[in-house]
Amino acid sequence: MNEVASIDAALVGARPQAVGALLRHFRDLETAEEAFQEACLRALQSWPSNGPPRDPAAWLIFVGKNAALDRLRRDRKQQPLPDDDVPVELSDAEAELAADLDDAHYRDDILRLLFICCHPELPATQQIALALRIVSGLSVAEIARAFLVSESAMEQRITRAKQRVAGADVPFEPPDAVERAARLSAVATAIYLLFNEGYSATGGAAHVRAPLCEEAIRLARLLLRLFPGEPEIMGLTALLLFQHSRTPARLDADGAIVVLDDQDRSLWTRDLIAEGLALLDKAMRHRRPGPFQVQAAIAALHSRAARPEDTDWKEIDALYAALERLQPSPVVTLNRAVAVSKLRGAETALAMIEPLAPQLAGYFYFFGLKGALLLQLGRADEARVAFNHAIALANTPAEAAHIRTQLDRLTKR
Amino acid sequence: MLYAILCYDSEDLVESWTKEQDAQVIAKLDVVKQKLEREGRLGPTVRLLPTTAATTVRKGKEPIVLDGPFAETKEQLLGFYIVECASLEQAIETAKDLGRASSSQGAYEIRPLRLFHAGGLAT
Repeated sequence: MNEVASIDAALVGARPQAVGALLRHFRDLETAEEAFQEACLRALQSWPSNGPPRDPAAWLIFVGKNAALDRLRRDRKQQPLPDDDVPVELSDAEAELAADLDDAHYRDDILRLLFICCHPELPATQQIALALRIVSGLSVAEIARAFLVSESAMEQRITRAKQRVAGADVPFEPPDAVERAARLSAVATAIYLLFNEGYSATGGAAHVRAPLCEEAIRLARLLLRLFPGEPEIMGLTALLLFQHSRTPARLDADGAIVVLDDQDRSLWTRDLIAEGLALLDKAMRHRRPGPFQVQAAIAALHSRAARPEDTDWKEIDALYAALERLQPSPVVTLNRAVAVSKLRGAETALAMIEPLAPQLAGYFYFFGLKGALLLQLGRADEARVAFNHAIALANTPAEAAHIRTQLDRLTKR
Repeated sequence: MLYAILCYDSEDLVESWTKEQDAQVIAKLDVVKQKLEREGRLGPTVRLLPTTAATTVRKGKEPIVLDGPFAETKEQLLGFYIVECASLEQAIETAKDLGRASSSQGAYEIRPLRLFHAGGLAT
């Protein structure tokens, strides 16, 4: 790896902590972000010749804070000060002091930063875009590409999100346990959304956008390092790892969707599965089940099955039943119906999903599953109607193509 | 003498490497490993899963099980090499070779070791 790349990685790695600390100091996202940018510019000047500091985050916080204070002072006096009055050389003692001061707040700083970006008042797409911009440090152009919108549209979306959170009331005092739990849960949900955006991309040509998935996993691990004893965060991370482990097998060489049963399981990334299983084991010991843990446990059963026919559908059915109690939703019931169809046949599964029709009238997977179940029952005409509905609702060209192949098979019969 | 060369680095940083950067580092380290292998000096090499997968058992009358790594530090133990070295000098040289290949900050801790049991685990 060359020097620029390794400095880049150091800046990305230090970013959440540094921006989080700067946000606490300045209580304003815009100022914190500018201060961090300024510190990065100075790092790019200073690190190549002096070598990167032992603690990049502490260096960036210290330099960023001084740079921003200077700017504020300058703006107030409206007279220019010499540009180089900020000590870029940071003595070890100073760095240690700065680090000590900030370490105490480390956890809540990052959580606050994430929480502000994932503020419940923001629509999900804005949450994800803002988190990618502020926490992950992706450029507007990169985010625009990931969402397949124009750069100016993304710029606008992020500006709007910033304005909205600037008006939202987020206390800067260290949160109490209840508030911390609420923030943690909001952030976990946003990370899950970010992952899903990458995993089954909506409204774009690409069906999978792996970088979004990888960024979500990085944030989940970061959150787990901050809160190592939270079983739901273990569950979330495990869930993402299991899902992502299948990425190499989810599309064939032509970009067509390969469903779980047909995937070449030797392509699944074993390291990610091992890590997910380890996290799930840890989570179980806490005996505090939650929706992410249950979903991870379901994903783990698929990961553990060497062949599709080894899948423990009975256990999966039981876990979905648990999930229906923890987090009732028609989508959960729809997923459960897949397990039910394996255990008790397509007819029972079909009866189970029929009542969901009004709620899932706009949901691609509902019609996809309905068509497949009807097909199993030999009700070809009804299956065709369902598949046509599904195609109309497909989120990506790959989804539509996948249903079309099933339709083709129907016609050939 | 057998030495453990313990690799410490900031997990935040290493996780910020792109897949390509990670692959580059591994490829460079492999060159060093192959050299050690040819010299018949290379024992097991290990990359640890992220510290988030770690569990700590505090010894005591009532052992306490804690989530996470044993120590909270800026740099974490991310993996290790077991290498046969004629002297500390050679161990230091080996660590330097690895350091040049990995190009990140971090540190290598060199610990002479005594093998209790060579083991026969298939991997």
